[in-house]
Amino acid sequence: MSELRDLYQQLVLDHGRHPRNKHAMDQCADGAQCCHTEGYNPLCGDKLTLYAKVRGDVIEDLSFEGEGCAIFTASTSMLTEVLKGRKVSEIRGILDEFLEMLTSGEKEPDPEGLGKLAVFGGVKDFPARVKCATLPWRALEIILESVDGDTVAGSPVATEDD
Amino acid sequence: MKNTATRQAWKTDFPVFADRNLVFLDSAASAQKPAVVLDAMREFDAHSYANIHRGVYKLSETATAAYEGARAKVGTFLGAASEREIIFTRGATEAVNLVANSFARPRLAPGDEILITHLEHHANIVPWQLVCEQTGAVLKVAPITDRGEVDLEAFASLLGPRTRLAAFAHVSNALGTVNPVTEMTAMAHAQGVPVLVDGAQAVPHLPVDVQEIGCDFYVFSGHKLYGPTGIGALYGKQEHLEAMPPWQGGGDMILSVTFAGTTYAPAPGKFEAGTPNITGAVGLGAAIDYLEGLGWPAITAHQEDLQAHAEPLLRGIDGLRLIGEPTRRAGLFSFVMDGIHPHDVGTFLAAENIAVRSGHHCAQPVMERFGVPATTRASVGLYNTREDLDALHAALLRMKEFFDA
Repeated sequence: MSELRDLYQQLVLDHGRHPRNKHAMDQCADGAQCCHTEGYNPLCGDKLTLYAKVRGDVIEDLSFEGEGCAIFTASTSMLTEVLKGRKVSEIRGILDEFLEMLTSGEKEPDPEGLGKLAVFGGVKDFPARVKCATLPWRALEIILESVDGDTVAGSPVATEDD
Repeated sequence: MKNTATRQAWKTDFPVFADRNLVFLDSAASAQKPAVVLDAMREFDAHSYANIHRGVYKLSETATAAYEGARAKVGTFLGAASEREIIFTRGATEAVNLVANSFARPRLAPGDEILITHLEHHANIVPWQLVCEQTGAVLKVAPITDRGEVDLEAFASLLGPRTRLAAFAHVSNALGTVNPVTEMTAMAHAQGVPVLVDGAQAVPHLPVDVQEIGCDFYVFSGHKLYGPTGIGALYGKQEHLEAMPPWQGGGDMILSVTFAGTTYAPAPGKFEAGTPNITGAVGLGAAIDYLEGLGWPAITAHQEDLQAHAEPLLRGIDGLRLIGEPTRRAGLFSFVMDGIHPHDVGTFLAAENIAVRSGHHCAQPVMERFGVPATTRASVGLYNTREDLDALHAALLRMKEFFDA
């Protein structure tokens, strides 16, 4: 039971039940760059569209649409809440740290850097659920790539092989 | 007739339960093996093993007799007219693919049709899609009702002059529905359409008689029947097997080979190229012996008792919705919970040592039909008891509290 509590911490349950920033984003009309990318985990049915509004080197806004389990919903909701308004370079650091925390057994995560995202640390003990937590972050990776270059975000991602 | 003491005795036949507290409700994915199956395989590998159909030495003769003996057991188990109608495959999936490639493909022209139903496992969908792509034939799908049963009127109306084969499950792996396969086979035959029945989920739960069903082909997997993985069987009417070309070439399926041409062995050898899963066949034979030792009346009574016990428990949980409410059900319940995703259900139950399956059960069209991404499926086997289902019920109630749903 205590392992379950580590997985489903109160913050996770709260975001799972009441996701923040869950709505579509219209195309930008004010000179910012708006893009979205899709993510699927076909085996479990997780489905995601992640939207970002980028101006210069700042991601001004993030939102999502999609359905999935509590871990997936909370991870996506908290991603949008925590990263909104931050610089791309800063986001990249958090992204790396988050994926490192969930996918590598080597390094202890730096909870300071991750802030409240560190609540997902318990997911590592449930290997079958890691893909639920990482899906929005893999989608974010695609968006960041498109911010760097001229490519448009679009190719869907899946984390089912994680 | 069956009391709790007998059921507990069955549980002790399965070593997996000896050293852990496990409520195993995932037999529809793969069943646990009784000691007699494990022992038979170990004994065979240790003392009777050699390649079959080749050596004139004693060990090879013993191994051949064990392998062919297992074939005879499968034949009797399915009620086949002769064991020569039984072909060993890797499982039900390979058996469907064999029929798709060797029976269906040569008979399909552009515009011809294959009829399946909406409740099929992917293994009874994708092989037909592949041969349709290769031949220009069309895959037709008979709809299912809100209860999760095949709409028989629609099924009948889809059997047309271009239908070359009808393929459907005996028992749905995602809903638990028992299809009226004898009736469906008669409907197809009335239109001159041959029939394949996917029996993967049926064989552990009901006695099967292929001659009574009247089907042309019947397939199943050993690992759902308390046997090993990597072994299964195709039953095919002799007249079909004789007419069908081989689908894989190799050793053991020939009479003679020259570079000018090859003469094939008669069935079943024609369809068993290469060294087969000899030990797996022996294990499957032992599993069939085990089931027949328990007897069908006792097995079906046990399963009906578990279902009758489980159904009101599940229905009594507020916010639980059964997916599929068939008149005849065999061995499993699929359900969703308000406000709790099936994967969270699965993880919660796992933490309580209850093994269920969460997902689409390789039946995505069924999930789509009922408008859910996935379900939680609890399925029973010989080793389950009423207490297992009570444990599931209690855990689901605790889960609702945990997730505040």
